[in-house]
Amino acid sequence: MSPHVLRRPSAPRAIGALLAAGALTLTACGGSSFDDSGSEEAGGDLSVLIGSSGEAETKAVEGAVAAWAKESGTGAKVTTASDLPQQLSQGFASGDPADVFYIAADTFAGYADNGSLEPYAQDLSNLDDFYPTLTQAFTYDDQVYCAPKDFSTLGLVINSQKWSEAGLTDADVPTTWDELADVAQTLTQGDTVGLAISPEYARVGAFMAQAGGGLLNDEQTEATADSDANVAGLNYVKGLLADGSMAFTTDIGAGWGGEAFGKGQAAMTIEGNWISGAMQADFPDVDYQVAELPAGPAGQATLQFTNCWGIAADSDNKPAARELVEKLTSQDDQLGFAKAFGVMPSIESAADPFKTEYPQDAAFVDSAAFAKNVPTLLGSKDVIDDLNSKLPTLADTDPATILETTQKDLEAVVADSQ
Amino acid sequence: MSRRGISGRQGVAGWTFLSPVVLVLGLFLVLPVFMALWVSVSDWRGRGSPFSGDVGFVGFDNYAAILSGDGRAARDFGTSMRNNVYYVALVVPLQTALALFLAMLVNKRVLRGRGFFRTAFYFPSVTSSVAITVLWLFLFSSTGAVNKVLSLVGLDGPDWFQDPRGLLHLLLGVVGVDSAPGALANHDLLGISWWEWVSGPSVAMTAFILMAIFTTSGTFMLLFIAALQNLGGEIEEAGQIDGANAWQRFRYLTLPMLRPTMFTVLTLGLIGTWQVFDQIYTGTQGNPGKTTLTPAYLSFNAAFNTQQWGQGAAIAFILFAIIVVLTVLQRWLLREKDGAR
Repeated sequence: MSPHVLRRPSAPRAIGALLAAGALTLTACGGSSFDDSGSEEAGGDLSVLIGSSGEAETKAVEGAVAAWAKESGTGAKVTTASDLPQQLSQGFASGDPADVFYIAADTFAGYADNGSLEPYAQDLSNLDDFYPTLTQAFTYDDQVYCAPKDFSTLGLVINSQKWSEAGLTDADVPTTWDELADVAQTLTQGDTVGLAISPEYARVGAFMAQAGGGLLNDEQTEATADSDANVAGLNYVKGLLADGSMAFTTDIGAGWGGEAFGKGQAAMTIEGNWISGAMQADFPDVDYQVAELPAGPAGQATLQFTNCWGIAADSDNKPAARELVEKLTSQDDQLGFAKAFGVMPSIESAADPFKTEYPQDAAFVDSAAFAKNVPTLLGSKDVIDDLNSKLPTLADTDPATILETTQKDLEAVVADSQ
Repeated sequence: MSRRGISGRQGVAGWTFLSPVVLVLGLFLVLPVFMALWVSVSDWRGRGSPFSGDVGFVGFDNYAAILSGDGRAARDFGTSMRNNVYYVALVVPLQTALALFLAMLVNKRVLRGRGFFRTAFYFPSVTSSVAITVLWLFLFSSTGAVNKVLSLVGLDGPDWFQDPRGLLHLLLGVVGVDSAPGALANHDLLGISWWEWVSGPSVAMTAFILMAIFTTSGTFMLLFIAALQNLGGEIEEAGQIDGANAWQRFRYLTLPMLRPTMFTVLTLGLIGTWQVFDQIYTGTQGNPGKTTLTPAYLSFNAAFNTQQWGQGAAIAFILFAIIVVLTVLQRWLLREKDGAR
């Protein structure tokens, strides 16, 4: 650096000039955001930002949005995000976000908390048709913020060929923990392990739920991570790992359960309905069936995951955005999305048509009856990430030790949210 | 802008010519830095302008959340610091040594096809880090080329990017220490215990370390080549006449004359390694077991993914402070000792 080029006395003035320029820019910023909020009734075209799983999803959403635009006379454009949370955050900070967008349940609270989201869902005509547990996932401060877009539950995915080769029949599909342990043992042969799952809360948590546990209570007002039920759930998993009838995908070199399952490294896995797309694309020859997860000491339970259609509080045309979401969550559109890229409709009235159309996925839909949400409090995602970083070593760790830290972190999260 | 006095005349002209640059730098560099500094001491949550009326000043709360106690934010920051310390401590010396070694090699007049080797060694540096990360993910997968080669010599390679075990922990395990001695387990720094601090880089981080050495050595090789070509042959010759052998000539003649370049390379290396982000973002996002989490990625994650913008900005400024302190320290260590400065 060579400061000699500039005359000494000029330096403070340079800073003065910079500050002046800065102040100008800031005034400009303030002015524009003021205009935005004033022009709500002006209407305007909608921008829709989605995080797409692929071309099929992009095409389907584009088609549905275009159909609405034509019908309503309001223009609408779909953009796919390469990194949805990042692009959303950027939009909210700039004061000019997309009008309608996908929001994942685990990042929802952050956006609701900083006021970026419009709590429009109260006024939806089809609000009562959504599964109550799904709208609960998008409730913040007693307000339903956004309409669930679709959802997924975890099911037990079984390789039909390995199943029958091991001498098992339909009657053997496990309905209890003991039966699951038995069939996993039977299916463990040679290089194939009976059951393989990813070592993360989004899979292992199902066993905690079956034992009657959960990271938070249903109202999300209390941290319950170190409950005996959770310890029991983890101990069951630990037992299967010790038996060798179950393995974590990380230990057998697979990226996720579907990969281990498709490659034949595992005879069973626990995944959601997204697995059908992956199996079709990567392992079309593997024949499989899906069963509901077995019941633990506290009965049947599974985890569910969902996304919603968010509307920005800073949107210029909220009434139109709400109409668009109403259409996108209608039975017709949701069944169309199901056909195009295999998601499950978030409304109860579409369950039966869906099951008729896709009988092989019936178990996933039926699991909605006993599905639990993953925690959605602000900051709980970080805690779950932290828990996920410890689960891979579950085989050699005391579950209570793992849960102890999680409990402490969640208590802080709950305290912050109240 | 008006200026008075004799110097004012020239000042006006000077400032007029400089104004485009000053404006651009001010708008895109200085202003954002001040904005970030403000965000780091505010409770801004990522909606609208951070300067709007309803954003409050919270003092050093954000810094305190990261630096004190054993909450999750502090543990994450401690973990990311541990990871990055090992990353820097291994990458900077190794890449500098390798760069110098390569530069000496391709600078030799007797070497045939010098141009080819120079290009080959430099090639990784001009390739995008994202592309190289993807390549690395393939090479170091459980069934990848690296493990194939290892299996040829009878070694069972790990599943690199899925393996959170620390190298030093593994080594300690070999000599029978596989759980924390009480003194290490019960005391902690930045939210994680000393036993976790001495884990060493994880196997996954090691793959990133190898990658950094592979990609940046070429860049620094270029700097060393330029410096080597500036050294007159006379001194080398004089050394030869005085009977110094090749190592002595390198150690006592070449190396001291390379000091300014060495400073540049070490500084650039230090800054680059403390700011490692692309590889983590494209490759592992901090997994497995948070062992590839770095402060730069943590800062991004806190801000964009969890809306903790204040903490994200605070991490960025702590990182900035670390880099400045280390650079000053290194400048002091590499100073001319005979009092020329």
